[in-house]
Amino acid sequence: MIAFILILVLLVLMIAASIYAVRQKDLLYAVIATGIISLILSILFYLLQAPDVALTEAAIGVALTTIIFVITIRNTERMEVEKDNNNNTKPAAK
Amino acid sequence: MKKILVLLLLAVVGFYVAETFFDIGFGNSHFVKNEAIKPVKDIYLQQTVQELKVSNTVTSIVVNFRGFDTLGEVTVLFLSVTALGSILYKKRHHVGERSVLFSASSIVTSGSKLLFPAIVLLGAYVFIHGHLSPGGGFQGGVIIATGFLLMLLAYENYSVSHNGLSIVESLAGITFAGVGLLGFMNGGTFLQNFLPTGVLNDLFSGGVIPIIYIAVGFKVAAELTGVIYTVLNEKGEQNG
Repeated sequence: MIAFILILVLLVLMIAASIYAVRQKDLLYAVIATGIISLILSILFYLLQAPDVALTEAAIGVALTTIIFVITIRNTERMEVEKDNNNNTKPAAK
Repeated sequence: MKKILVLLLLAVVGFYVAETFFDIGFGNSHFVKNEAIKPVKDIYLQQTVQELKVSNTVTSIVVNFRGFDTLGEVTVLFLSVTALGSILYKKRHHVGERSVLFSASSIVTSGSKLLFPAIVLLGAYVFIHGHLSPGGGFQGGVIIATGFLLMLLAYENYSVSHNGLSIVESLAGITFAGVGLLGFMNGGTFLQNFLPTGVLNDLFSGGVIPIIYIAVGFKVAAELTGVIYTVLNEKGEQNG
């Protein structure tokens, strides 16, 4: 029962982090949120008795993907820019 | 109006998905209801311990029963790394000059110098003990690549030899394919086990599984280090 509640809490946290990653205009924070999703997913894999997959998810999802995204953000732009219908770029509102 | 329609559609889809998966408990396997059919997992679990003498069933499936798939997987990784290198190669005007610089304090630099051997050792441990404990070639290789990543982030002039990476990668790939071909010579099929399987839970057990996993570990480590190095040296247009 405790394991079930823990899994439920982790799943809710994962959904919350996903929504935050989609809504966030600052891409660096969004990437960190994606890393948190991978971290929670790796804990879930461990709880579901799949330690091999948990190890892969922790190494690739948390470390490698996050850092490649961070390098990409350093090379491009940090803030998400919205495009309106006339294809003119304008800074993100709010 | 459009939103209501979308919500309605989502509700219908959600209802049927929930109805289908409601019987199956989260994390349980109740897919095979018919008792007469022996699930393939039972055969794998039996053969892994009795014939292959490998304690990690996942490893035995990945390398032995589904070894050919792993070869394809490694090839996909190799092709993606090659494609990345060929796309980004044109933009690299100054070879050896880092485009992205993360300024690191002396705590970070000395700390990473201390941690780097430990991370590489952990990665090597994970892929050498792939047939005994969780993990394997892929996981160990990724862990080693993160060690190189740490060094590349901490030291601005730390560089990895591209030729060395290609040599390691090619040798590991040749080892994998060569061990597979040796199965033919012993009158079997591709990637068939031809070495003595040894004793269960021994380090030298499981036939060709440790050899293949060590090769996969080196290959993945070299490829992912190459990816990170290529991306770090990619010349951005804004940062000059």
